[in-house]
Amino acid sequence: MNKIVSKEYFSANVVKLEVEAPMIARSRKAGHFVIVKLGEKGERIPLTIAGADTEKGTITLVIQAVGGSSKKICALNVGDYITDLVGPLGQATHIEKVGTVVCAGGGVGVAPLLPIVEAFHKAGNRVIVVLAARTKDLVILEEQMRAHSDEVIIMTDDGSYGTKGLVTNGVESVINREKVDLCVTIGPAIMMKFVSALTKKYEVPTIASLNTIMVDGTGMCGACRITVGGKTKFVCVDGPEFDAHQVDFDEMLMRLGAYKDIEKK
Amino acid sequence: MTTEELIAARRAEPWREALRKSKKNKERTEIPRVKMNELDAEYRSHTRLEEVNLGLTQEQAVLEAQRCLDCANPTCMQGCPVGINIPSFIKNIERGEFLEAAKVLKETSALPAVCGRVCPQEKQCESKCMHLKMGKEAVAIGYLERFAADYERESGNISIPEIAEKNGIKIAVVGSGPAGLSFAGDMAKRGYDVTVFEALHEIGGVLKYGIPEFRLPNKIVDVEIDGLRKMGVKFLTNCIVGKTISYEDLHEEGFKGIFAASGAGLPNFMNIPGENLVGIMSSNEYLTRVNLMDAANPESDTPVLQGKKVAVIGGGNTAMDSVRTARRLGAERAMIVYRRSEEEMPARLEEVKHAKEEGVEFMTLHNPIEYIGDENGRVKQMRLQKMELGEADASGRRRPVAVEGAIETIEVDEVIVSVGVSPNPLIPRAFQGLEVSKKGTIVVSEENMQSTLPDVFAGGDIVRGGATVILAMGDGRKAAAAMDAALKGC
Repeated sequence: MNKIVSKEYFSANVVKLEVEAPMIARSRKAGHFVIVKLGEKGERIPLTIAGADTEKGTITLVIQAVGGSSKKICALNVGDYITDLVGPLGQATHIEKVGTVVCAGGGVGVAPLLPIVEAFHKAGNRVIVVLAARTKDLVILEEQMRAHSDEVIIMTDDGSYGTKGLVTNGVESVINREKVDLCVTIGPAIMMKFVSALTKKYEVPTIASLNTIMVDGTGMCGACRITVGGKTKFVCVDGPEFDAHQVDFDEMLMRLGAYKDIEKK
Repeated sequence: MTTEELIAARRAEPWREALRKSKKNKERTEIPRVKMNELDAEYRSHTRLEEVNLGLTQEQAVLEAQRCLDCANPTCMQGCPVGINIPSFIKNIERGEFLEAAKVLKETSALPAVCGRVCPQEKQCESKCMHLKMGKEAVAIGYLERFAADYERESGNISIPEIAEKNGIKIAVVGSGPAGLSFAGDMAKRGYDVTVFEALHEIGGVLKYGIPEFRLPNKIVDVEIDGLRKMGVKFLTNCIVGKTISYEDLHEEGFKGIFAASGAGLPNFMNIPGENLVGIMSSNEYLTRVNLMDAANPESDTPVLQGKKVAVIGGGNTAMDSVRTARRLGAERAMIVYRRSEEEMPARLEEVKHAKEEGVEFMTLHNPIEYIGDENGRVKQMRLQKMELGEADASGRRRPVAVEGAIETIEVDEVIVSVGVSPNPLIPRAFQGLEVSKKGTIVVSEENMQSTLPDVFAGGDIVRGGATVILAMGDGRKAAAAMDAALKGC
C-alpha cells in the first residue's frame, strides 16, 4: 500500500501523482519504471518513473487517463492508496557525455523524459528539448525542462503555442542547424516511429523508451516482447530503452492493440 | 537420532506393532488400489474453478492405508525429495488418527496439501513402493497425503510444528514459491528470524500464478502460507531483491544468510516466423492472467484472450495446464501440438488422461514452423511440420525428425507457447560475484546448495532451470540444513 501525498492536474486527462515509496525512491535511476495495480481485481500496468525525492521518500508518476485502469489511477486523491507498487524495473538509461543531445517528448512521454534530460545535462551535455503537444493546454513540464536544459523548443499541432508542427519538425530544425550526437525520444509509439525514421535519415543515434503491455514486469510473461534488430527482446528486462533504429515499431503498434477489442470497462 | 533410528523407533511403538499384526500381508496386498474421486469430465471442462480431483473419503483413505505393508526398510521414503516419514503417516491414517498423520507430514514438508495434489508421486515415492515388486499397484501415497492434509485443514485443528528457541539471526528468502516456502518453514523451525521477499503482489510463486485453480486451489496454498506466518515467517510482497533492495542493503539490514529461490522466470519461444503476432503468448503469460490476475472473472480488470481454436505448443505439465484452461474458457478446439510422440511427453500421465477426458485433441509428431496473421496482425493459421521418431538423443528419447514435404496448415485464433523456461536473470545480475552457468542458472554445490558467495544459498528452478514443485522443496530443505550448519559453525 503506497499513499498518495500530492496530486496535480497537468491537463484534464493528465495527472501527476507523488506517491510514498521510500525504497524505490532510493534505488531508482533515470529510465526505470514501476508496475502499479489498483484494488484486489486491478490490472498490473507499467508506468515510467518521472522523478523521485529521496528525503521525502516519494516517487512521481504522470498518468494519462486512456484505458480503464489508468482512469482509475487518475481518479485517486491525496490520502488514497495505490494497492500494489513494485519497482524500480528495467535497465536505467545509460548516461554519459556525448556532446549534444536532443530529447524529444510527446504526450505523457514528456514526464519520464524529464529525469533523462536532467541526467544528460548534469553529465555535461548540451541538451535541447523538443516538447510536442496537440495544443497549448497540453504542453507539460515546460518550466522544469527549461531549468535542466540549454534550450526548449515547443511544437503544437494547432500552432497555439511555440511553433506549429510536429515533434519531427522540431527535431529536424535542430539537426539542420547543428551537429546532434544523440537523440532520446519518449512518447506515443507512432510518434517514436516517426522520430526514429527521421533521425535514421540523418544518421543520428537514437534511443526510444518503449511502453508496452506487461503483466509481471520482471521477465516472466513475455507480453512485452518486441523485435529489435531482428531478435525478440523483452521490454521489461532488456529495456525499456532500445536503439530506436533497430525497433520494429509496426509490430509494436500491432501488439499494443492486442486487447483493444476486449479491454474491460 | 538418525532418520533410520527414528523410523525404527516409531515402527516399534506398541500401537503400530499391533496394527501391523492385525492383518496379514496377503490380506493387505489383495485390496485393490483406490481410485481418486473426480468431477465429471464433461461438466468440469466448462467450469473454471472447481477442482477436478475430489479427494478420498475417510473410508477410502483408511482402506487404502491398510494396503501399506509398513516395511522395516521403507523404500518409498528414498523416493521423497523432502524425506516424509511415509509409513508413519499412513499408519496413523489406518488407525484413524488423521490429525496425527498430518503432524507427521509437517515434520518435513511445509506444503503437504500442495504436494498431495501436484507431486509426480508415480515417479517418486510410489515408484519405490514394495507393492510394485510384487506385481501390484503402488500404495496411493499421494492421495493419502492429500487426505491427511485436507482433513487437518477442514477440521480447523491446524497444528503448528515445534519451533526451536528464537536465535534472532535474520535470514532473507528471495521468492515465495515452493523452494522459498520450504526453506522458510525449515529455518523458522530452527528458530531463525525469516523474511521472504516476493516480487509479485501475492505469496506463493508458481503455486499461485502457474498451477490452475482446478488442480490446486489458491485457498489451499493460502492456508499453508498462513501456517508459515504462525511459525513467525514474515512476508514482504512487491519487493524485488536486486531492484527494490540490493544485496548490500540486505547486509546493512543485518541479514546473515540469503536463500535465492527466484524461479525460472523467462519463457522460451521458438523463434519461428510470425511468433510475435497478436494472440500468441507464453504459457506463463496465459496462466498468470488467468490464475494470478483472475482475468476470466468479469470483475477483474485484466483482460485475457478466450480463443475458440486454441493450440498449445509443448508436452509438459504447463502445456496441459494451459490447454485445459483454454478448454474451460470456451475453446471449441483445444489442441496439444507436440513434436514427439505421446510416449515421450514429460507431462504426468494423470494430466494427459484428464486433458483427454476433457476433450483436448493431441496432435503429436507435429511441430509449428510458421504462424500466419490476418490484416490486423492477429494469428489465424499455423503451419505444422509432421515429424517421425529417429534415433535416441542425449535425453534418451527418440529424436523427432521432419517428414520431408509433410506440412499442413490449420486454423487457430490463439496459440500458447509452452516450450520451457529459462532462469530469471534478475538475481544473477544483481549479486556481484555469483557464479552463473551458461544457461543462466546459479551454480551451487550439490551437497549443500551453497553458491560461490558464501552467504548465498540457492535452490529450485533458478538452479535447476525448470523442474517440479517437490524438487524445489527438496532443495529448500537441503539448503536450510546446510545454512543452519554453516551459521552455527559446524
